[in-house]
Amino acid sequence: MHNPHELSGPPTAPRLEFWSGVRDQIPILVGVMPAGLIFGALGKGAGFAAVAVLGFSLLVFAGSAQFVALGLAVAGAPPLVVILAIFIVNLRHALYSASFSEHLAELPRRWKIALSWLLTDEAFAVASVRFGKPEKKNAHWYMLGTGLALWATWQFSTAVGIALGAGLPDSWHLEFALPLTFLALLTPSITDGPTRLTALASAVLAVGLGGLPYRAGLLIAVIVAVGFGAWSENRHKSFVERRGA
Amino acid sequence: MSQIAIWLAILGGMLATYTTRLSFILLVPPDRMPPWFRRGLRFVAPAVLAGLVSTELVGTPGSLNLTADNHKLLAGAIAALVAWRSRNAWLTILTGMAALWILGRFFG
Repeated sequence: MHNPHELSGPPTAPRLEFWSGVRDQIPILVGVMPAGLIFGALGKGAGFAAVAVLGFSLLVFAGSAQFVALGLAVAGAPPLVVILAIFIVNLRHALYSASFSEHLAELPRRWKIALSWLLTDEAFAVASVRFGKPEKKNAHWYMLGTGLALWATWQFSTAVGIALGAGLPDSWHLEFALPLTFLALLTPSITDGPTRLTALASAVLAVGLGGLPYRAGLLIAVIVAVGFGAWSENRHKSFVERRGA
Repeated sequence: MSQIAIWLAILGGMLATYTTRLSFILLVPPDRMPPWFRRGLRFVAPAVLAGLVSTELVGTPGSLNLTADNHKLLAGAIAALVAWRSRNAWLTILTGMAALWILGRFFG
């Protein structure tokens, strides 16, 4: 029965991959749902039409960028400024796209188009763990499940938030749920020394540069910290090689 | 904002976000990326997530708060401990939310 070419076992069926993607996203949804509720409630409270608030979640589909855009729209910024802000806040998604280019390279174009639509922070973090495992013939089904679960939850919670309007008590601090979600996703992304150093560097830099508009400080912090992580990995490797020689 | 302006912002925001997400996946296959760039990609997730968390917990230079009055920092530290020990996402989120509520309720 032992086939040396199938060390990691046969591929999992698409249906199973899809549902395991949905299942792994569920704990994260505990934190995403409150954020959607707040977005819906804030948008409605600011006087925007329900269909426009829902339009943001349906079409832009990007948590933190939506909050920045809403703030600017309330302040009466022109559309071009709002669009530019969304673009800058979401530029980090280009790095997600670069990471997943490898995992999705062999797929037909329609898959690339669909999965790119679902490439949010949360889907990226959860699917990255799956793509890090050896057997990945049907892993794109996993990402589809994980992305669609998040997409549906975001739309549903935005709609509920619009319906509730200002009925959410401040003392619940629902706005804290999203940072906690990122904290829960951060832990499995730290797997060794270089990733730990990267996280530490980015945390400090993002705070230090936090005064820059449109979260541009976060983007700069991420780019510098990624470079720092790669550098420290190189240094670590050459150190081990020298020790070994 | 007028109805037209808000829909312009939504449609423009959609295009900006989607083309960013699609960019490398559609246009740049991995063999076209320089090796140093590919090596860096595994650091993207820890960098983004840590940056998102830290600014929410301690604020930014204008509003920096590293004292015990900062309930979000305390609740975040408790949640981080739970995340590290349990590796359980919903437990982390619920513990953090409960901790912040308790701090606000009894130490506000």
